[in-house]
Amino acid sequence: MALEFSPEAYKKFEETVNRYPKREAAMLPVLYLAQQEFGYLGQEAIEYVARLMGQPPARVYGVVSFYTMLYTKPIGRYHVQVCRTLPCALRGAEKLTSLLKKTLGVEVGQTTADGRFTLSEVECLASCGTAPMMQINDAYYENLTDRKVTEILAALK
Amino acid sequence: MEKVLLRNIDVPDSHTLAVYTSRNGYRAWEEVVRNLKPEQLIEQVKASGLRGRGGAGFPTGMKWSFVPKDSPKPKYLVCNADESEPGTFKDRLLIEKDPHAIIEGTLMAAYAIQSHTAFIYIRGELVFGTQVLEQAVAEAARAGYIGKNIFGSGYDLDLIVHRGAGAYICGEETALLSSLEGGRGWPKVKPPFPATHGLFGCPTVVNNVETLAVLPWIIEHGAAAYAAMGTEKSKGTKLFSVSGHISKPGVYELEMGYPLVKFLQEDCGGVPHGRKLKGVIPGGASMPVLRPEELEKVNLDYESVQAAGSLLGSGGVIVMDDTTCMVRAASNIARFFAHESCGQCSPCREGCHWMEKIFHRIEQGHGDKNDLDLILNVSNNIMGNTICPFGDAAAMPAAAFIKKYREEFEEHIAQKRCTVRME
Repeated sequence: MALEFSPEAYKKFEETVNRYPKREAAMLPVLYLAQQEFGYLGQEAIEYVARLMGQPPARVYGVVSFYTMLYTKPIGRYHVQVCRTLPCALRGAEKLTSLLKKTLGVEVGQTTADGRFTLSEVECLASCGTAPMMQINDAYYENLTDRKVTEILAALK
Repeated sequence: MEKVLLRNIDVPDSHTLAVYTSRNGYRAWEEVVRNLKPEQLIEQVKASGLRGRGGAGFPTGMKWSFVPKDSPKPKYLVCNADESEPGTFKDRLLIEKDPHAIIEGTLMAAYAIQSHTAFIYIRGELVFGTQVLEQAVAEAARAGYIGKNIFGSGYDLDLIVHRGAGAYICGEETALLSSLEGGRGWPKVKPPFPATHGLFGCPTVVNNVETLAVLPWIIEHGAAAYAAMGTEKSKGTKLFSVSGHISKPGVYELEMGYPLVKFLQEDCGGVPHGRKLKGVIPGGASMPVLRPEELEKVNLDYESVQAAGSLLGSGGVIVMDDTTCMVRAASNIARFFAHESCGQCSPCREGCHWMEKIFHRIEQGHGDKNDLDLILNVSNNIMGNTICPFGDAAAMPAAAFIKKYREEFEEHIAQKRCTVRME
């Protein structure tokens, strides 16, 4: 069966596009909605969004591939993102990444076998004063120590 | 010093409408809509001397005055909350703690250019900040500060909170507009400037969070009160984000012109663990690094930092102590720019990756003695040859690291390893 929004998501989609002065301006919020619905933005999801938005799939793919927060492949239930940029690097970001690699048993860019955790390194998240830090899904975790990291991961399992 | 931008952030529940209005919130907005013509508001902001806080420091009132008054097209005001410059986290603080000040300022700027649709473009990662802003907008709309016929004046204004999706370049105003149009965040050639050809080809002004958040204070206290602070050319106060090897990192509000060394030593507690200062990037990762001996005469205003050979930028102050390997630091920043280049102009798309690779191989102990001049050459060929300022932002720090710490780079290449301890 072809991919499509649930009735609730479709209602949200209509509200979103009507909120904007032009339909195409709603592209990012609609893509977020699709990602929330389908987990990631694979070819089918991109073609579906393209139909909804009245745009060529190539254009939608061009948008999706441009932004780091839009995923073209499935990711783990918890997306662990460590900031690696200079201010965090000065305060131990590399040690943090090493600890996460060891604890989760994956390399950066990989997902654990049970599909729970994906580990990524990302660029500056505007949390330089509370470095080192990581983002897991929507939440920021700041001023991290080894102990804090272990506790945070344990609470997610 | 009286707190201007940080006046509300320590008050419990400062993000709520009730607390904000109890502290005179939205009075300035009411005053503007009821008693000021748009051109009078523009004149007041010009008189305050306020300059854009996103990094470029362009006079705010003048930017507004470029919007054509007789255009039949809709006009748009965009608050740039896509804070992504490494070392900068001031806007995030305002978003989370004082969202109504940002909203009130956004409404005022929209009124100044007679826009009826305004946006707050917030970076995608700030999910919590987005929720805070959305709740604040909903509260302000219920109270009648946003919407139809505001204060019975006949003026209508809608405000939409729009989330980006992870792209540093979208902090550049024309890239932001491309993103808001639903496309890739690709910068556009200027001119034409957004003031005449912005969002969907319509007149548009993009202002930074900090620029907008100070507007209610300026209207409440008067342009002269704001202009009385700071230096002759850099008026008022500014937020500084301090990170790296410093005892008290965080966001500080200072009167423009405050001495940098005094700030780092007295306000921020200096470099911890008895170590020595090795370098400071004064305005976010795009700006040239300064050596300790270059800091002596630097004051935190646009002119003084520029005279020292760097730029005030976003006010993101990154401090590095003597355990920092400058090769590694430069390599880190080069990797950032290689990752974030939007790919539109070849000097930047190719050059940023070349610089990253060369810095990386030096760092790994595989550098060649010609590599430093090669990086300087690449950097020089990016400078000024791209559509947007990103190219310069990548080229300037790379060249500065080599020029100012050349002996350390040469040592690293000769020894084929790092000779500095870095944690």
